[in-house]
Amino acid sequence: MALRNARFRQLKDRFAGRLMGALTIFAAALILLIALGLLVRARPLLDIKPLGELLTSSDWHPRRGEFGFRPFIVGTLWVTALAMVLAVPPCLLCAIYLAEYAPRRLRETVKPLVDLLAGIPSVVYGLWGTLAVVPVIRDVITPWAGKRLGSIPLLRADNPTGYSVLAGGVVLAVMVFPVIISVVREVIRAVPDGLREAALALGATRWQMVKGVVLRRSLPGVIAAIVLGFSRAFGETMAVMMVVGNVPQMPRSIFDAAYPLPALIANNYGEMMSIPLYDAALLAAALVLLLIVLVFTLAARVVLLRAVRRAV
Amino acid sequence: MGKRLEERFFLALMVASMMIVVGSLGLILVTVVVKGLPALNLAMLTQAPQGGYYLGKEGGILNAITGSLALAGGATLLSFFLSLPVVLYLQLFARDARFVHLARLSLDVLWGVPSIVYGVFGFTLMLLLGLRASLLGGIIALALLELPILVRAMEEVMTMVPFELKESSYALGATRLETALRVVVRQTVPGLLTALLLAFGRGIGDAASVLFTAGYTDRLPTSLLRPVASLPLAVFFQLGTPVPEVRERAYASALVLTVIILIISVSARLLTRRLTRHVIR
Repeated sequence: MALRNARFRQLKDRFAGRLMGALTIFAAALILLIALGLLVRARPLLDIKPLGELLTSSDWHPRRGEFGFRPFIVGTLWVTALAMVLAVPPCLLCAIYLAEYAPRRLRETVKPLVDLLAGIPSVVYGLWGTLAVVPVIRDVITPWAGKRLGSIPLLRADNPTGYSVLAGGVVLAVMVFPVIISVVREVIRAVPDGLREAALALGATRWQMVKGVVLRRSLPGVIAAIVLGFSRAFGETMAVMMVVGNVPQMPRSIFDAAYPLPALIANNYGEMMSIPLYDAALLAAALVLLLIVLVFTLAARVVLLRAVRRAV
Repeated sequence: MGKRLEERFFLALMVASMMIVVGSLGLILVTVVVKGLPALNLAMLTQAPQGGYYLGKEGGILNAITGSLALAGGATLLSFFLSLPVVLYLQLFARDARFVHLARLSLDVLWGVPSIVYGVFGFTLMLLLGLRASLLGGIIALALLELPILVRAMEEVMTMVPFELKESSYALGATRLETALRVVVRQTVPGLLTALLLAFGRGIGDAASVLFTAGYTDRLPTSLLRPVASLPLAVFFQLGTPVPEVRERAYASALVLTVIILIISVSARLLTRRLTRHVIR
């Protein structure tokens, strides 16, 4: 009896192990399943037009069967790049401050606030953008830039609405703050204390130590953190879509409206059933988005794993 | 002299940067409260939209509140039953270290997938299953979105279980499954709850993944197969209308959503504090 009971328990254990293993394989393969699912549904379009042509063409006329993603990809790049320019310097400095300078109490007060920033829903960011960022750009920055900066190519202000690349960039920058800060903090923390002490013992000031030892040592990780922030920003949909204006054009200035790729999908999916291939085109757009984000995230993760392991 | 000045200069920059980061959070919260509070009233919280609601007449967003709770609750539950076995497998069962490594990397990458992609993929799955925009569809898309979050959060908690505890359990003759369920899970219940709360918070705030999968409706959720409203989409749609009263309701909806998120993150924090009360730092 006892023996049978033991056999039963072992059987149960083995069965549960198999089941859990199968679920784990499913979870690990989910990313491939998603890519595959999108690919299958985008095939009708990809069979007719090669991906290269879709990516480089600027003609977006769904009714005529022309699906050029270029303005949308360029729009996404503009908004994301601007967000990174705005976000990276304060994030790095803030993370360094929290890791190297701040007293414990301050550190422990700020960390939950940064986490909270990460938890705020994207529509709330979007709402903040429309209520606070867009009006400031429309009423203050654009008129000023129109008078002063009109001759600088990237800063020409002739869009009076305020819904612009700049608005999207500002909102996105705040959204990626927590991503970059928490990863950079982690990377910096992984630098061994011995190195810091050695630098200080040689007479370096704190900042010299940070600059010459900590940052140099954690450079790959810091870059990975920035890349992670970039890919997070690249795929962000709702918040950006609420403030960038969604005009399918190539932006020439940060005050121009743009139409990022995720916004294209969100705005049109579901109501495009009557136009042939529109559905496949949006699926292809999602696939492109996924692949770009995938490459960046994967690269950043591999670097991060190595950076943190090396330090331990 | 030069290096002292440099030190001061960068310290000032760093403090300013921290102010910017914390200040942005403050600005966002203040904007939402200042704009949302005047528009908020009891009817907003206790009624579904009535006739003419979208022209500024009677009604509230109870449909979106209940819808969001159902969506995020269902998704978190589904995701929990998917991710608990995965976590236990990675922690206790897996023998192949390379596979564990690969699975973790894959889940990390999955975390980075934009939520709009989950929405589109979820919709594709629904077509395959013959589902229309519905509560169930939204739950599936959100559950996939929450999966990597839950797995990582739960793994973090489980790695804190002392090795000796597992060894003792094995030494007493318990199988891996018994050790997993009766020792490891039981030992980490508060941590698992925190993980669930975090995932719930991510789920309730996400708009892009439920946009096509859950749809939108003025009715309260009654069936898994009917469309369901959600708070993020209530904010988004109401903000897009030209009627000022309706736009104000978007502000109120955003306030409700933000308050829910705040409650969740504060309770998660309290739980964590409770859990780590005896940990020496």
